[in-house]
Amino acid sequence: MSDPLERLLLSGDAAVARAALDCGVHLGVGYPGTPSTEILEDFSRLGGKAEWAPNEKVALEVGIGAAFGGAAALVTMKHVGLNVAADPLFTVAYTGVPGALVIVSADDPGMHSSQNEQDNRNFAKAAGVPMLEPSDSQEAYDLTREAFRLSHTHQIPVLLRMTTRTCHSQTVLRRAAPIRITEPDVYQRDIKSRVMIPGYARPAHRRLRAKLAAIEQEFNASELNYVVEGDRALGIIASGVSYMHAREAAPEASFLKLTTTHPLPVALARKFAAGVERCIALEEGDPYLVENLRAHGIPVEGKDEAYRFGELNVGLVRGILANAPAPEPAPPKGRPPQLCAGCPHRTVFATLARQNCIVTGDIGCYTLGVLPPFEAMDSCVCMGASIGVGLGLRHVLPPDEARRVVSVIGDSTFVHSGITGLVEMAYNPPPTGHLVLIVDNGTTAMTGFQEHPGTGKILDHSPSSKLSFEDLVKSIGITRVHVIDPTEDMRAFSDLVKECLDSGELAVVIARRPCLLAERKQTATERAAASKSCTP
Amino acid sequence: MHTMKPVTNVIIAGVGGQGVVKASDILTEAVFRAGFDVKKSEIHGMSQRGGSVASDIRFGEQVLSPMVPPGEADFILVMSEDEAQAVESQLKEGGTLLTPESLPGYIDEDADEDEDEETRLRLRCMNVALLGGLSTLLDIPDSCWREALCANLPKRAWEFNEKVFQLGRELVDK
Repeated sequence: MSDPLERLLLSGDAAVARAALDCGVHLGVGYPGTPSTEILEDFSRLGGKAEWAPNEKVALEVGIGAAFGGAAALVTMKHVGLNVAADPLFTVAYTGVPGALVIVSADDPGMHSSQNEQDNRNFAKAAGVPMLEPSDSQEAYDLTREAFRLSHTHQIPVLLRMTTRTCHSQTVLRRAAPIRITEPDVYQRDIKSRVMIPGYARPAHRRLRAKLAAIEQEFNASELNYVVEGDRALGIIASGVSYMHAREAAPEASFLKLTTTHPLPVALARKFAAGVERCIALEEGDPYLVENLRAHGIPVEGKDEAYRFGELNVGLVRGILANAPAPEPAPPKGRPPQLCAGCPHRTVFATLARQNCIVTGDIGCYTLGVLPPFEAMDSCVCMGASIGVGLGLRHVLPPDEARRVVSVIGDSTFVHSGITGLVEMAYNPPPTGHLVLIVDNGTTAMTGFQEHPGTGKILDHSPSSKLSFEDLVKSIGITRVHVIDPTEDMRAFSDLVKECLDSGELAVVIARRPCLLAERKQTATERAAASKSCTP
Repeated sequence: MHTMKPVTNVIIAGVGGQGVVKASDILTEAVFRAGFDVKKSEIHGMSQRGGSVASDIRFGEQVLSPMVPPGEADFILVMSEDEAQAVESQLKEGGTLLTPESLPGYIDEDADEDEDEETRLRLRCMNVALLGGLSTLLDIPDSCWREALCANLPKRAWEFNEKVFQLGRELVDK
């Protein structure tokens, strides 16, 4: 084992993975999503047991089961993934866990690679789960371990809330000695805690509130939150990466560094605010700290609404502190991304544009079909929405318009949350029929080529059961199912799309052609594996 | 009291595929090995798909924010001239902008990259050549640069990259 005191340079994601290994996490499970993806990939590389689930809801449910069994489970996802997993989250807060359960929510302020910039600190309060927020990789490492300790001690799921900057920035850290938090043993039945019928859920809710009250007391005295003494004229309350920006923007100020942002250490904040002349809560995104501190009667200043949007940086923090008017929106940065040269999605969108289709799109590389030269996308809402939104349009548009509607969804996204949309299509077919195009490039390309059930391989690329889209679609009751390589004969592909649209029936076209980049990467991995196995 | 120790701010910019992230990995590792506190920040994800990529590297005795504050870059490296415009405004007064033009003679203007293997390779290793140029402006021991290059590149690429790194050192127009 390497020297635990060794200095390491790691991203926040890698730090979480390292900490999970160092505190004996039994199972890591999640769904790929920038900026969270690298956590489980690193955990697996380090020797941890990690898996991709079909979506975040299933991932959290698997994590809950593992923690019910007494294990330490790590569940990872991007911010919007927690929307999908919200259903189990809100109730596992009631049930609690005998093992330990930590959920990483990787938020994306500024939407570097996301469809919204929701602030998941609100989820911690809404669901009633403790939340810790690291501001660099050292804290990501320390707080991952602390989150597991807290979860096991209080038998409660814990949210580790990160952001793009803490996930992807590399900073220096030192590890601590490995520990084990919990070990699965003989199953302990506890139906009153875990079967949430109303009669058992009512006392469970009261138990949850009592746990949170006890945790708040612990947080008030915790060294995780601390005061940096400075000039009493200005007191800044901050957490996460905003704390780092603020320390740099106002080195002379007094600081209350908050690490436990739910439940808030109210007594600590009250005392800090009383000791400074001007107290400001400095935060990225929603006015979470400001509103919650004010609700407890603590007089804190917030930022101007104009600073709600995007990421903060040192310059913007200076602006907030100086009560400067709204910052000018940053100019678009350089060249926008585009579909790769030779990408099979290019043929698909060229065809849809030429046939003047109304395209309900989905989340993945292929969302870039909205940009010139194609501009062949009319909507993109959330994972799986292409199908439902397409059906809704088909139901209400005049028939001639309705016939132009096509839903486009990628392979990984289809498995994530397209299947129920397809069931809806078979169950409530629009009068003009519908066409769903599954653009199957055999990988989760957008997030960096992760496997999914449709690739027949698991997280570490070893083989597993392979989901057949064509068999699945047929079993749902859709008879017109075509598989075609859209790049082999563009004319044939175009004719097939037209034929399906003209038929007035329900149709699924699986446009199957591997992602160029994934294929290249796979060949490299296979070469490496082959050369490894040849070495004595 | 409260005086901040100086932090060196570097931005490396280009388009996906030009080795921006690789160059920032090498620089970050070199300053890490030299014993500095260092933070490096960049955006992965959608920006991979042919879009602009920029990486912020900050080092010194203690680094707080992982992002270079607007207009405070001491050094900016850009992998191609046409990317310079997007990041130039981040350069502080008296800061240094290094572009392929800062290495006169590195690329033989008359050579055809499709014909000439040396030119093709040199273009591909522009990131490391520019790091060589930058290395003359930073107080980082040679051994740290060498270790950082080797740690971040496959063995078969070491020799050529050490060569272009040295070329960058010699040719840089300060």
